[in-house]
Amino acid sequence: MPLRLERQENISTLRLAAAPLVALVVTLIVGAVMFVALGHDPVRAFTIYFIEPLGDPWTLQELVVKACPLLLIGIGLAFCYRANRWNIGAEGQYVAGAVLGSWLALATHGTEAGPWVLPAMLLLGAIGGALWGLIPAFLRVRFGSSEILTSLMLVYVAQYGLDYLVRGPWKDPQGFNFPQSVTFDDVALMPLLFGEGRLHGGVILALVTVVVATFVLGRTLIGFSIELGGSAPRAAAFAGFDEKRVTYGVFAVSGALAGLAGIVEVAGPIGQLQPTISPGYGFTAIIAAMLGRLHPVGILVSSLVLALTYIGGEAAQISMRLPFDVTRVFQGTLLIAILAADVLVRYRIRRVEGASHA
Amino acid sequence: MLDTAMLDATILGAVLASIVAAATTLLLASLGELVAERAGTLNLGVEGMMIVGAAVGYATAYSSGSLLLGTLAAVLAGAMLSLVFAVLAIWLATNQVASGLATTILGLGLAGLIGSSFVGTRVDAAPALAIPGLTDLPVIGPALFGQDAFVYASILLLIAVTWGLARTRAGLVLRAVGENHAAAHALGHPVRRIRTLAVMFGGACAGLAGAHLSLAYTPFWASDMTAGRGWIALALVVFSAWRPLWLLGGAYLFGAVSILQLHVQGFGLGIPAQLLSSLPYLATIAALVVISALKRGQGAPASLGVPFVPDR
Repeated sequence: MPLRLERQENISTLRLAAAPLVALVVTLIVGAVMFVALGHDPVRAFTIYFIEPLGDPWTLQELVVKACPLLLIGIGLAFCYRANRWNIGAEGQYVAGAVLGSWLALATHGTEAGPWVLPAMLLLGAIGGALWGLIPAFLRVRFGSSEILTSLMLVYVAQYGLDYLVRGPWKDPQGFNFPQSVTFDDVALMPLLFGEGRLHGGVILALVTVVVATFVLGRTLIGFSIELGGSAPRAAAFAGFDEKRVTYGVFAVSGALAGLAGIVEVAGPIGQLQPTISPGYGFTAIIAAMLGRLHPVGILVSSLVLALTYIGGEAAQISMRLPFDVTRVFQGTLLIAILAADVLVRYRIRRVEGASHA
Repeated sequence: MLDTAMLDATILGAVLASIVAAATTLLLASLGELVAERAGTLNLGVEGMMIVGAAVGYATAYSSGSLLLGTLAAVLAGAMLSLVFAVLAIWLATNQVASGLATTILGLGLAGLIGSSFVGTRVDAAPALAIPGLTDLPVIGPALFGQDAFVYASILLLIAVTWGLARTRAGLVLRAVGENHAAAHALGHPVRRIRTLAVMFGGACAGLAGAHLSLAYTPFWASDMTAGRGWIALALVVFSAWRPLWLLGGAYLFGAVSILQLHVQGFGLGIPAQLLSSLPYLATIAALVVISALKRGQGAPASLGVPFVPDR
């Protein structure tokens, strides 16, 4: 097929901003086809999936609560992906942070420990995630191992570690042998924003992270060295930016934010450790980062969109008996569509006359 | 006395046979990915293509009653999903890592959708095919020569890929495209078409690996039944330093680790089961570290992961 991609000069901001919207529309069309194929009325499915959750105050709060971990992890991943470092193991860093932070909650359980417990837990959560994230960074810098594969393998290791703890040493002795820890004390729980409802302090943390990350990535030398190291590694080396430090830095930041998301989730909506503490936030956040253009404000929007697929998926599971995998199909399609839309906005497909081969 | 010896031999034979079965999934998937990577494309969608193969293969075999039909459907499904990846990564020149991840996420979702109505059902596992003379050998006979068609297919495929890459003109062109796509393009080779075919071969192999999983190894459907095997297959390609024969050693080594840890769990030596379960993943990391420390990226196709865009 004699087709060729031609680079478009002077692309308007409008066109660039249109790509995620185009991707959303394409995803909805694919979704409609999928609903019809599954024997459901697409209009009804879409209403349950995407419209009804937006009309109910309780689900709207739930939407924000679900977007919170996606936003935190997604911003961290933006640091990595801007630097062209492929951390795909945020799910493991999330678990590692949740485990280290929960250790303090369990160690102080039933004692007179004061309100310092929660801040210390959050700090430990960030440290736990950062340490877990630094493993693939170290293996890459020291041995040249692919951070893609090592970070992913560590997800399984972290999940098995959590499983061991909640079925073994950290199991609630009075828990009727259920694999879960004790419920955290009040000083170890995230405060609710309005004293009731679903919104918790983690939402504020996530919003502060958006502001700080926007500043660091856009207005500081650190942000510039990350960006340059990713897009022009040789130029970055000539400019004196240390490639190894960038690798360690972006993995530490993304690990810390994933770990923070983990401990916020455990100390917030969940309230105790259990074998499963994430419906795949660490992987969905990859899509959030991409869909949000690796920009913190963009990721804020994309996290809400992706959180809607979780909420809608749960609603469709209950009222239409659709398997939750519909949500994964949506998320995968969305990522594919955004990748394709990105290219089609920047390039134009041209027929090439007389070309013998592609 | 003789009885215990015979019993030991039978157990040993059974363990060996299960190692062969575990290794076959990895060998099939990694062979396909090796071909895709030798042509210069890194497809991180192996896990997704494998599980789609497992789901489609199972659904087809269960509905039609034919294992052969199921296997063919799995191969086709893996290839079709890899085509989605190929359009993105090769023809639209998107980021290969992100495109591969998208393929995996989509594949996991599609497989869950397809498989959801088959949870709790079973099919008869692919039958063992005896090879006269060899199967009757003690211990190793049943382990190596009393296997199902997938195992023999994986060995035949290994020979075909090894020979095809090293000794045929098509293999030479494929390697040239992976080493230096600009030069291959200048010589008039259709770089993107060759890469697409290589990626689709990889998808077909991943689908076949999935069929082996759901039609022979554990003949039922369970969501997320690939459990990271696609990722381990990707690591094996690095471990082999992109040489097909080394995949054989790697796949059997990892098959052995994943089976032996199960048996150690069975003995109940007081080692936490979760630690043993994470051994295959830890071993993968260790293998990656060792091979990258020793070889420092040598052996990787020079154009691996670099999109080819003529005149851009």
